[in-house]
Amino acid sequence: MSELGSAPVPEPSDADHRRGAGALTIVYADFECPYCAALELRLRELPVEVVFRHFPVRSSHPRAWPAACAAEAAGRQGRFWEMHDLLFGDQARLEDPHLWDRARGLGLDLERFDTDRRGDDVREGVKRDFRSGVRAGVVTTPAVFAWRDGRAEPVSRGDLDRRFGTLSP
Amino acid sequence: MIPGGTPVPEFTLKRGDGSDFTRADLEGKTTVLVFYPFAFSPVCTDQLNLYEEVLEDFEAKGATLYGVSCDATYSQTAFKEQLGVTIEQLSDFEPKGVVCQAFDAYHPGGFPQRALAIIGPDCVVQWSHQAASPGDLPGANLIFDALEH
Repeated sequence: MSELGSAPVPEPSDADHRRGAGALTIVYADFECPYCAALELRLRELPVEVVFRHFPVRSSHPRAWPAACAAEAAGRQGRFWEMHDLLFGDQARLEDPHLWDRARGLGLDLERFDTDRRGDDVREGVKRDFRSGVRAGVVTTPAVFAWRDGRAEPVSRGDLDRRFGTLSP
Repeated sequence: MIPGGTPVPEFTLKRGDGSDFTRADLEGKTTVLVFYPFAFSPVCTDQLNLYEEVLEDFEAKGATLYGVSCDATYSQTAFKEQLGVTIEQLSDFEPKGVVCQAFDAYHPGGFPQRALAIIGPDCVVQWSHQAASPGDLPGANLIFDALEH
């Protein structure tokens, strides 16, 4: 069992899911969190490079873990961001058949998708993101950090609302 | 919040089944008491959900977590069931808040402060933390920091 004591937000790397161009913005999010969906929509309109990290919390969002694993499994076939957008685009449909529908729609190898999303490798990747968030003091989603001068600066909910408009879904 | 190094006072809280949870229940193990303001409130919901997610890690550290509030046992049980968490809840309902007061964790507004206490097997507080305001949620990392030192 690895430790969960305090540690800085890990530096963005090639191992992260990254999209866009501009100020590096690290987001810890959960695909079942409506505030995260609202934030993601706003981020797409801004000149930022988003670094997406998973922070699924099972008891509040029971389908957050399967959704995170589905996004990672799609990523194994080069379609992480497409699945990311589809998941945030319809949070009322996150059961397995809905995940398969999305995978089919993206033209993924369904058998491989299903094997990957249930596999240890994908699970460990999601867990690694989650634990890095816990160590950095993330307590809820979305948690946003601006990466500046080699360190992550937390962006508060108030700052988010001021920068991106209210996140109430 | 009573500081580290302070012996835990005698107290009686109520478990979900109505039985007593006292100082004697702390003996011989490491305990984390999570004082929270109100069952079903948003920040308390996030707090218990988050701690539940890393409960195995607390257990691996030999620590047992309990939630403590002034809500009645039935309210706490309903809260626990709604969240789907397994963290045992302890009630300081009647006389209201006396245990929170004994831990110096009672808000003037009539509810527990958002506070944490790690108690060693010798029933001495090893570490404590009170959030700057009841709306601030202490990260689980703070508890792990304290358990690791």
